[in-house]
Amino acid sequence: MAYTVPRPKLTFAEKIYLPSIVAGLAITWKHLKRMLTGQTKVVMQYPEEKWDAHMPEHYRGAPTLVTDEHGRERCVACQLCEFICPPRAIRITPGELPTESEFSKVEKYPAGFEIDMIRCIYCGMCEEVCPEQAIFLRKDYAITGTSRAEMLHDKTKLYEMGGVFDGLIHKWNPDK
Amino acid sequence: MVNVQIDGTWLQFPKGTKVIEACSQAQKFVPRYCYHPKLSTPGNCRMCLVEIGMPKMSPDRQPVLGPDGKPEIAWIPRPQISCAQEVSEGMGVRTDSAMVRECRQGVMEFLLINHPLDCPICDQAGECRLQEFSVEYGQGQSRFLERKVKKPKNVELGPRVTLDAERCVLCSRCIRFMKEVAKDDVLGFVDRGSFSTIACHPERTLDSNYSLNTVDICPVGALTSTDFRFKMRVWFLKETRTIDVNDGLGCNITVGARENKVHRVTPRENNDVNGVWIPDSHRLNFKYLTAPERITEPQVKGQAVDWRSAVAIAADLIRSIPSSAAAVIGSARMTNEELFLCKNLIQTLGAGDRHDVVPRIGEPDGILIPADRNPNTTGAVALGVAAPEPGSRLASIAAGVRSGQIRLLVCFEDATLLGLTESELARCTIIATGILPNATTRQAAVLFPSSGSFEKRGSMINIQNRLQRLNRAVQAPGQCRDDWEILRDLAVALGSSQKPSTLEEVFAKMASEHPAFAGLNLGKIGDLGIPLAGISAAPATATLS
Amino acid sequence: MDFLNSIPWFLMATSLAKTIFLVFLVVLPMVSYTVYAERRVSALIQDRLGPNRTGFPLTLLGFKKDFSPFLGGLGQPVADAVKFLLKEDLTPGHVNKPYFWLAPCLAMMPALVTLSAIPFGSEFMGVKMVIADINVGLLFMFAISSVGVYGIVLAGWASNSKYPFLGGIRSSSQMISYELCMGLSAVPVLLIAGSTGLSKIVDFQVREGWLLAPFTDGNLSLRELLLWVPVGVAFITFTISMFAETNRLPFDLPESETELVAGYHTEYSSMKFALFFLGEYTAMIAGSALIVVLFLGGWHVPFMPDGRAGWVWGLLNIGTFFAKVAGLLFFFIWVRWTLPRFRYDQLMKLGWLYLFEIALVNIFLTAGILALCK
Repeated sequence: MAYTVPRPKLTFAEKIYLPSIVAGLAITWKHLKRMLTGQTKVVMQYPEEKWDAHMPEHYRGAPTLVTDEHGRERCVACQLCEFICPPRAIRITPGELPTESEFSKVEKYPAGFEIDMIRCIYCGMCEEVCPEQAIFLRKDYAITGTSRAEMLHDKTKLYEMGGVFDGLIHKWNPDK
Repeated sequence: MVNVQIDGTWLQFPKGTKVIEACSQAQKFVPRYCYHPKLSTPGNCRMCLVEIGMPKMSPDRQPVLGPDGKPEIAWIPRPQISCAQEVSEGMGVRTDSAMVRECRQGVMEFLLINHPLDCPICDQAGECRLQEFSVEYGQGQSRFLERKVKKPKNVELGPRVTLDAERCVLCSRCIRFMKEVAKDDVLGFVDRGSFSTIACHPERTLDSNYSLNTVDICPVGALTSTDFRFKMRVWFLKETRTIDVNDGLGCNITVGARENKVHRVTPRENNDVNGVWIPDSHRLNFKYLTAPERITEPQVKGQAVDWRSAVAIAADLIRSIPSSAAAVIGSARMTNEELFLCKNLIQTLGAGDRHDVVPRIGEPDGILIPADRNPNTTGAVALGVAAPEPGSRLASIAAGVRSGQIRLLVCFEDATLLGLTESELARCTIIATGILPNATTRQAAVLFPSSGSFEKRGSMINIQNRLQRLNRAVQAPGQCRDDWEILRDLAVALGSSQKPSTLEEVFAKMASEHPAFAGLNLGKIGDLGIPLAGISAAPATATLS
Repeated sequence: MDFLNSIPWFLMATSLAKTIFLVFLVVLPMVSYTVYAERRVSALIQDRLGPNRTGFPLTLLGFKKDFSPFLGGLGQPVADAVKFLLKEDLTPGHVNKPYFWLAPCLAMMPALVTLSAIPFGSEFMGVKMVIADINVGLLFMFAISSVGVYGIVLAGWASNSKYPFLGGIRSSSQMISYELCMGLSAVPVLLIAGSTGLSKIVDFQVREGWLLAPFTDGNLSLRELLLWVPVGVAFITFTISMFAETNRLPFDLPESETELVAGYHTEYSSMKFALFFLGEYTAMIAGSALIVVLFLGGWHVPFMPDGRAGWVWGLLNIGTFFAKVAGLLFFFIWVRWTLPRFRYDQLMKLGWLYLFEIALVNIFLTAGILALCK
């Protein structure tokens, strides 16, 4: 059904535009003046100033792997993160711990663990899904590289970034 | 037929049906661990508890009828296991009452008392009954404060099976399988109470050729395949329904592959062929697909060339040699479509009766493996590539090669199987297809890389005259092609006007020429195959026992 | 030999010097820094900072530190220029090549040529600070600047693609429409000053006070007071027309990004694109210079002697002129980042139904006042 939009009745001053233009110019002038006199708070100047100190606890930076306080890889290569990862950035090659290893009770470990940081979208699903508390999103956000290979974080790099996460997971308690 | 009320609905079942099966047929799935339709019923897991009632009887032993004219049911106050109970007239079953749910929760809690909860490590995760039922009936957290019982982990029960006793729910399926199906009673329970565990006979190992079936039927992660152990999580596997080609039976299988790599093969239920079992030797025979020595490029005298020139050179060689000097060694491992095109090639070559397949006969094991170890002998005979008595012409072909009468051999099998030596083969021109290198491929003037059974589609006829279908689980590596494509290209290069572009076209052509396939196509074969009527079984010496 | 003697060597040498000074030392740097100013001012208006980093990379030349001058970002125009020069110059396969190459030149050249008639200073060391002091200067400006539309129309036509074509069509009709009222709104100035020579108009304003500020000669007669009204109207219509002529917002329909990708220069890249860009800003400078000459007293500073009194005053006059131009350029930028774009039919309606009539009536008003206050 046709519907006629009612047009507002304009006064002469509105019709000749000029007063409104002047008013608009006044507004932009005000902004300009406040900027020049330093009254407006401006964005942070990134490489010189950083927000790192104010980073909230829940900040989601680069995903990393952690070891426990005994130096054991927490990851058992269950591949749930590989499965849940929306951009399929994670690739795990599972391996079996040799029986002479001091952690042989755990049986399984990631022989290879790669996260393609070009693909990663920092969604944190890997951290959320991990049953072993082995993968954490740290606060590193400036993940850069000069080649694709450099952006592929391998196991060594991931453990280097992740460090140690204390606290025994109930499951690996030998008495339980 | 007896009338049974399941969750309020009256249904009819044949006499002798187990209650658990009746419930399944009524779309009411009853959880179970120990019950397996192909094995005996011990009733020891208690998971399938249901509420059962019998018709209320009046003093004159007549069933009391309710207002709807159906018998009224007197419910037994104690839950019953549905796997050991057979249906009877007027029986009532409740699969989802409050008591049943409570029972199942209790059973689950008991089963999980000593369970290590190592699902992230366990290979069964994703297809584990314990996981599935604890989602439905689990408590969410454990009330068990005491120490869990420690049991042996990572035990080598046999060369192919690893046991994790902590995960075991003592359902005894594996024990019953080994005793009843594999006829090799090596497994049993030892110790008592919470310490009870599965063990192998101390002087034996679980080395039966059917041992990996225990892994398939194990409802939890206690028995795992040593070969598949920690290789890949099951939810990543793309499953393809195809058939096994290691013997004449053609066991129905499911191939699990991820990113073009086969990780495991599991049996697929087909009660007309293999039931739900498959021999270990067959299921583990897929490593050759990724062997480093795999032939992946067409070769002319050992030099890699492109397909176009390889086919052209092969056609030139064929034309340069008189047809009286040509012979074809076909293979009973080829699909019907390939055999059909192979027969056309034999006719184009004018090879007369200088063609046959290489038979493979072994000792039948009395369970699933028949004497004929070729998957498609019936098809090879029916389509005329094999001699009516398969292998009977091989001796004359070998003699022809030795005497120099035969100067062109088209080989789909290793010609040394005819008793020819490599130096004798060097005397004639060989055009061969191959997957892995052997004496024939080394001597071949033109060598075409072909696909393995998981890499191609097609149909085969097993020793029961059953037409079954192969499906492609993975792509062939490198420049490998299916044999039918190689045969088609060769036929076109030799002047054939037919150029089928799909396997379906080949099958249609075959169906139009061979009445046994009339009216069929690859789709009609289905996942379970169909028996062929108008075809006579190959004179194989073994039959399904 | 007579021929050689007949050549006015002094005139030629000074003209050449003035041309080089004006084009290479003033206008082109001014163009690049107007672009910079555009970015900075727009940023400040929108509560941002704008390009504030690009210094001069002295470390490349072996110095210890880069030179980032006050406020930073002053190296940005240089960096932009280098970028434009080094970018790949694509010529699409489907274009009409000769016109495709001609168009950017035609966009740039008329804007520069118009500058030749602008008196940008009084006198410096006895030389009049105007390259070509022609007595039909204003007509010359109009004539040449209307050639500028060819650059845009040719670009749109030669690109052989829909968006440039639409941009070119819009531009030609827009320019034709607004040229009319621009010419008409300049007529009152000619009536009052009694000449079309730009130097004469400036001289008149020096004597009688700026047209827009008639009190700058120290007195304010009734005639001047009465004339203030039509001059004011003429100033507004002339400025608005100038916005339209230079394709500046709110009249930048030929290149409106939201509808036409980039309008007539969609298919252009590298230096050819840069020429359109520079042409637009040069036209802005030329237009501002014209407004300064016609309404704002040209190089004149009230109550100050001019260049005849000494070279210092001559320099001061030149500086004053360009300061006024710079002020107007700021106004151009300010308006751009304040107003939204007109719709095309609104643009046409404004030009033909309002500005044209106002300018026409304004001429009669001026003439009436002049006749009344003879």
